[in-house]
Amino acid sequence: MVPDILQEGVNYLTYVLMGLDPSSALGSAVNFFIYDTIKILILLTVIIFAIAFFRSYISPIKVRKALAKRNEYIGNVAAALVGIITPFCSCSAVPLFIGFVESGVPLGVTFSFLIASPMVNEIAIILLWGMLGWQITALYIISGLIIAIIAGIIIGKLKLEGEVESYVYEMIDKIKAAEKAGVTLEEEKQTPKERFLSSRDYTFDLLKKISPYVVIAIGIGAIIHGYAPADFLITYAGPGNPLAVPIAVLIGVPLYSNAAGIIPLVAVFIEKGIPIGTALAFMMAVTALSLPEMIILKKVLKPKLLAIFIGILAVSITAIGYLFNAVIYL
Amino acid sequence: MKVQVYGTGCGNCKALEKTAKKAIDDLGVDVEVEKIEDMEKILEAGLLSVPGFAVEGEMKSMGRVPSVEEIKKWIKARM
Repeated sequence: MVPDILQEGVNYLTYVLMGLDPSSALGSAVNFFIYDTIKILILLTVIIFAIAFFRSYISPIKVRKALAKRNEYIGNVAAALVGIITPFCSCSAVPLFIGFVESGVPLGVTFSFLIASPMVNEIAIILLWGMLGWQITALYIISGLIIAIIAGIIIGKLKLEGEVESYVYEMIDKIKAAEKAGVTLEEEKQTPKERFLSSRDYTFDLLKKISPYVVIAIGIGAIIHGYAPADFLITYAGPGNPLAVPIAVLIGVPLYSNAAGIIPLVAVFIEKGIPIGTALAFMMAVTALSLPEMIILKKVLKPKLLAIFIGILAVSITAIGYLFNAVIYL
Repeated sequence: MKVQVYGTGCGNCKALEKTAKKAIDDLGVDVEVEKIEDMEKILEAGLLSVPGFAVEGEMKSMGRVPSVEEIKKWIKARM
């Protein structure tokens, strides 16, 4: 595997060429920083490109069409799965929401999509996989999907269609009028070469945006990795603190949209004694409970529905945290 | 001629505007970039995801930032 060759190369660089002592804090921190930075940047480049290319075949219009025909349950599962590969920036939350409701996608199914899409996104997956291995990544993906599916089903069952802001229905009327007037949306088909080029541009733009956060976070992580005692976080956030999970969720809310800068740190927190469940709950709060997205959704959801949405997410993320802490105590 | 950039001011919307301007500069043509930030107009155009790009009101892409080459191709096709 590539990372193993890389580890040997980085070991050679830090311990032989730079002459650092592998058992010293400095040696361990520098090795960690160089190795993880290279590994994560390679992973990010390759996987972001691959996903961007693959995704160029799936437009939001196709997603909406596929979800409009689904009933409950199957629709929720499909929406959560589709959410993984169809990210949207939070500025698209309103048009997506209105467009889904307009074409008859059930409210609960729409929410499954809205929850899964930011929570199980490729950047979070790559970073988790690169820094914590596939087992924790799989746990994260599966529990994220389960939360999205169950929260969507609950919202569907509560029959909250009346808690959608009237703005949505006004907009739907306007869209219908525009459609009647003959406005149709026809996306231009891309040639494979164009898909390749736009995926490449997208990858480099995104890397430019997130890599400073990733590198800084790995740098801080490296210092903690090298210098902090092995279990220093157990005292504060270990199994002895029953409130650690909800506190982790609360801390995660304002750290929105910064999975790139948070996950490398979480990896080191786990190494230093934070239980897996607490760490997973924290990461889910960072990705799924984003403050700006809630503010944006206020435009389409009445306060009651927004509160139910946030409440269900917060409770289920906390529950997942406790569950994993109880099941896997490392 | 006019091209339209649909967006609410997010990062990708700004990136699309820049790409469109670059494509126009490269072609050396007289094309105006019209920015549409009003959500109502964005929805009426049928967009589900921003940013969107249109040439003379005809939608070419949505939810992504097309490459300079793609935008050049679309503009040239309408010239």
